[in-house]
Amino acid sequence: MAQTITFGDSCAPITCHAWNKDRSQIALSPNNNEVHIYEKEGNDWKQTNNLVEHDLRVMGIDWAPNTNRIVTCSVDRNAYVWTQGEDGKWTTTLVLLRINRAATCVKWSPMENKFAVGSGARLISICYFEKENNWWVSKHIKKPIRSTVTSLDWHPNNILLVAGSADFKVRVFSAYIKDIEDQPGPNVWGSKLPLGQLLAEFPNTQSGGGWVHSVSFSADGNKVAWVGHDSSINVADATQGKSVIKIKTEYLPFLGCHWISNNSIVVAGHSCIPLLYCHEGNSLKFVAKLDNTQRKESGGLSAMKKFQSLDRQARIETNDTYLDSIHQNAITAINLYKGSKAGADKFSTSGLDGQLVIWDLRSLEKTMDGLKIV
Amino acid sequence: MSATLKPYLTAVRHTLTAAMCLEHFSSQVVERYNKPEVEVRTSKELLLNPVVISRNANEKVLIESSINSIRVSIMIKQADEIEKILCKKFMRFMMMRAENFIVLRRKPVDGYHISFLITNFHTEQMYKHKLVDFVIYFMEEIDKEISEMKLAVNARARICSEEFLKRF
Repeated sequence: MAQTITFGDSCAPITCHAWNKDRSQIALSPNNNEVHIYEKEGNDWKQTNNLVEHDLRVMGIDWAPNTNRIVTCSVDRNAYVWTQGEDGKWTTTLVLLRINRAATCVKWSPMENKFAVGSGARLISICYFEKENNWWVSKHIKKPIRSTVTSLDWHPNNILLVAGSADFKVRVFSAYIKDIEDQPGPNVWGSKLPLGQLLAEFPNTQSGGGWVHSVSFSADGNKVAWVGHDSSINVADATQGKSVIKIKTEYLPFLGCHWISNNSIVVAGHSCIPLLYCHEGNSLKFVAKLDNTQRKESGGLSAMKKFQSLDRQARIETNDTYLDSIHQNAITAINLYKGSKAGADKFSTSGLDGQLVIWDLRSLEKTMDGLKIV
Repeated sequence: MSATLKPYLTAVRHTLTAAMCLEHFSSQVVERYNKPEVEVRTSKELLLNPVVISRNANEKVLIESSINSIRVSIMIKQADEIEKILCKKFMRFMMMRAENFIVLRRKPVDGYHISFLITNFHTEQMYKHKLVDFVIYFMEEIDKEISEMKLAVNARARICSEEFLKRF
């Protein structure tokens, strides 16, 4: 059902993670300035590379599946594109982000010819490769972002970009770079598409409030889902006149959301469990909790444990340390492991507890009553 | 536990659990810095509304939260002069050693007796539910501790005066 992986012997939080194309390697950041690459060997994960170029905490990693390039961004205001040589070593290419605050998130475009970096400088850099100088240059989307950009996602057509920010808004921009791309045709979001054109803007709540933590375009690109700090899940549909469906949940705020089929969304966050929601017609419905772990009963060693806890913490009870879930602290990232946004079979989550969990949707569908992913 | 203490602590626990949803957030104002937004208050959109939970006029908790930090300030019950002195000395003792308590703030917020500052770095290193437990445990124990000290002071005073009056 769910497979838990821990990397190395550290229990440092995993800030973000990214898989390569065949899922044999993973890049992750253990909450510092390094990016570790692990490779699967049998059932073990072995560290093969350590990418050290940033000097402050890495905030975003994305691995382009087809071109096999990694882009990382960090609080030190830089982003680097890593390419692997034939000897397996990774080398960097400089990216001229031209920002003066922390870079917070990064995403390759679906065609992998450009990427977007969100930052605390209240702008988004769209970066593309310039052959003459052998570096990545950027163009900025500035207006009307009023606060730190917290998350990004690309439309499958390689032109549109959705960004969520700490000013409680979700915006859809055109990220068309005329130097490297042909003129795009009109789509459901709009027809005039110069760089930085604001195609849609959705406030998280009408009264204002709730930082947007994560955004996701659906596989057909017609719908945008986002989660906010008011524990809400929202879906905006461009084919329905950009109307917004909002559902407020009883859980703690979500930090990640991802489409796993054209109608289903997986969300996870401070509640430490991934949840499945389904978008049907004009409503968003709760489908299932994907983590039904029961609390482990303490076994025969309870007397020893009792004295240990008395000794170390001067406390008698020990059984309340563990939560009733696999993740023991907030989940910060969701990525697909197998399948695509149109129909995912497995997805992975990582969080502050340093664990990475791979969830198998197909076997969950079989074992859980009434769970059907549409 | 008295009748009103339990719901009071439950309310504080739930509010803390909801407020302690923190994430890493770099300063939007100063380059390459990370500051607790609840303290610096430079970006209005990053602050949440503060919450006050009070049991009575003398016992209340102020919870201020922001995107990467929360501040919990506690007003401790002080019934008489002795309790006032004991509380003052005890809080001073702890706040002088604030770094050993990790989440303790060196100065209380105006109008309160002791403050905790919890940032995203703490929630990354420690279990969040344990941090909440700690604050609740602190609130439970501090009253007990002060009344015990008061008893000890009174008992000592009684013995001293007894010994003194034996001479006459």
